[in-house]
Amino acid sequence: MTHSAPASVEATLEMLTSRGYLAERSLATVLFLALRMGRPLFLEGEAGVGKTEIAKVLSASLGRKLIRLQCYEGLDVASAVYEWNSAAQMIAIRLAEAAGDTDREQLSSDIFAERYLIKRPLLQALEPDTGGAPVLLIDELDRADEAFEAYLLEILSDFQVTIPEFGTIKAPSPPIVIVTSNRTREIHDALKRRCLYHWVDYPDAARELAIVKSRVPGISAKLSQQVVAFVQALREQDFYKSPGVAETLDWATALTELDARALTAQVVGDTLGALLKYQDDIAKMQGPALDKVLKEATSD
Amino acid sequence: MTDIDHLNPPTGQMADNVIGFARALRAAGLPVGPGAVIDALNAIQLIEIGNRADLFATLQAVFVKRHEHALIFAQAFDLFFRAAEDWKHMLDSIPLPDHAKKKPKPASRRVQEALSQPAVQDVPAAQEQELRLSVSDKEILQKKDFAQMSAAEIAQVTRAIANMRLPQAELRTRRFQPDPRGLKLDLRRTLRGSLRTGGDIVDIRRLGLIDKPAPIVALLDISGSMSEYTRLFLHFLHAITDARKRVSVFLFGTRLTNVTRALRARDPDEALASCTSAVEDWAGGTRISASLHAFNKQWARRVLGQGAIVLLISDGLEREADGKLAFEMDRLHRSCRRLIWLNPLLRFGGFEARAQGIKMMLPHVDEFRPVHNLTSMAALIAALSSVPPPHHFSAIRPAA
Repeated sequence: MTHSAPASVEATLEMLTSRGYLAERSLATVLFLALRMGRPLFLEGEAGVGKTEIAKVLSASLGRKLIRLQCYEGLDVASAVYEWNSAAQMIAIRLAEAAGDTDREQLSSDIFAERYLIKRPLLQALEPDTGGAPVLLIDELDRADEAFEAYLLEILSDFQVTIPEFGTIKAPSPPIVIVTSNRTREIHDALKRRCLYHWVDYPDAARELAIVKSRVPGISAKLSQQVVAFVQALREQDFYKSPGVAETLDWATALTELDARALTAQVVGDTLGALLKYQDDIAKMQGPALDKVLKEATSD
Repeated sequence: MTDIDHLNPPTGQMADNVIGFARALRAAGLPVGPGAVIDALNAIQLIEIGNRADLFATLQAVFVKRHEHALIFAQAFDLFFRAAEDWKHMLDSIPLPDHAKKKPKPASRRVQEALSQPAVQDVPAAQEQELRLSVSDKEILQKKDFAQMSAAEIAQVTRAIANMRLPQAELRTRRFQPDPRGLKLDLRRTLRGSLRTGGDIVDIRRLGLIDKPAPIVALLDISGSMSEYTRLFLHFLHAITDARKRVSVFLFGTRLTNVTRALRARDPDEALASCTSAVEDWAGGTRISASLHAFNKQWARRVLGQGAIVLLISDGLEREADGKLAFEMDRLHRSCRRLIWLNPLLRFGGFEARAQGIKMMLPHVDEFRPVHNLTSMAALIAALSSVPPPHHFSAIRPAA
């Protein structure tokens, strides 16, 4: 069932909260604006801060279909937008031949018809949908190469795709577009200009605590407090990759699975791999360094 | 959804203020185009204007397109929309600040500086001298150390450097293009072709992988001991930035500065001037370890991801050479495809790695080359076009 877009920033915030996404007000503001202005929303930030999650929450709370395009190096039009079903076309040609059909013009227009078109995520997102325009998530755009980024320009500004043999397909109502990037390279200004931009930061302690409580059921108040204090302290250290919210949630879940009631040097040491993903970072957190952070986190 | 009317943007006092604010941002160096201003005017109609935080988030979403600009934006916002009890009222009545009204054009200062420089007379002299140069003079120039050149010679070398071009195709991508000798069948084009003959496939079309230039990341030491070389290296980097798309340039002395955008200017003098103004620690001390750390932490993931070649241009004379330097070098080496260390100290025939810093850095580079004259720069370019050697350090090369 389709729900209408929120009417104010407060309503947007409420909508996100009701789905368990505890957002900063600034994020709710840009999200609200993106919905109202029909602009793509470009979310940038470290890995694991909840950029992808926003698209999922949005699709669930608006009752729209979620179409996800995961980007990778070498992603091309054939796998992102459309492809012709060549095998079926070939058979159609042979059939026409067998039937003695020799009208080339006719054959050409038969072959390049919609039923031979294989629609990939971007084209699907432009299709009319009775449930309302879908949410299109273009995930980790920084992993695709520049050539693909340039191709997106037409889609993101006019919500249309041009297929040389077929014509231009334009969305009757533009999809809600969320673009995410982890900044493994810079995205060109031309693309960013077409979007509203928001940098998703790590949450502060209070918000992170609320997120842990809502996402990890059954966690004790004491443990959740210590977990958040520990992670917040880790983010102040000089690591190659600081833990994101996703890592905090993983860790909290791991600790509850292990029936831990409170943080101890032993249990933290055993589960540190849920938080830190680089050997150098883990090595840095051994012995006295770990004890120091642990002491801070469990002091109150 | 609200339709955006680009031809009739909202007007009024508030609109004037937003326009003024956009101008102030532009003066502060943010790329704010007229399209963004119209977006902003439309966006603020959608939110409740009484809430300062919402206005901040709204304008930020429209005007800031890079995380680095967020700080400048926040400062500008604070200055422009000063906190006040009833600041909605203020927003309606605030006059345009003076700096927004008559901001000096960014070029004018440069023009003034350029006009006041007495060195202008040098240029024709250098050109005249170049005309008189014989072939043998040019040969000498090829091998002369940059540090021993006169101003006129440097002017010539700069011109020679400006003509240097790095070879293009190096890195095989996973993207295809029509290629008669390619391995993959291009069904789509084959089918289209076959329609011309009524369905008979006469001509089989093929696809091959596209090659594109590997990204280059240059880390240039601008400390005092390198001062005789840095300007020419910058010319070199500008020349290769001009010809290829994916070149990132960082300068470091005691701190790291990204000057990639500054180097994009077409005119080399303009590019170098904006580089110089971007750097705060020109010709100061060296902290290689700290600078590499900053690079590894903030930039490595963003610029090395696509199989980049790293050019580290430094004499390796580090005062605080400790275990950290080796660690950072190792990390850098592991994050890139090829790490080439260009060291002007190699000009001395009997160079030995005695300095502590150099000893620590050497095990972590793929190649160690001299760059102190035109010949060695040309050799570098030749090396970059060759097949990369295996990913380990081979041998110290003698001075060219």
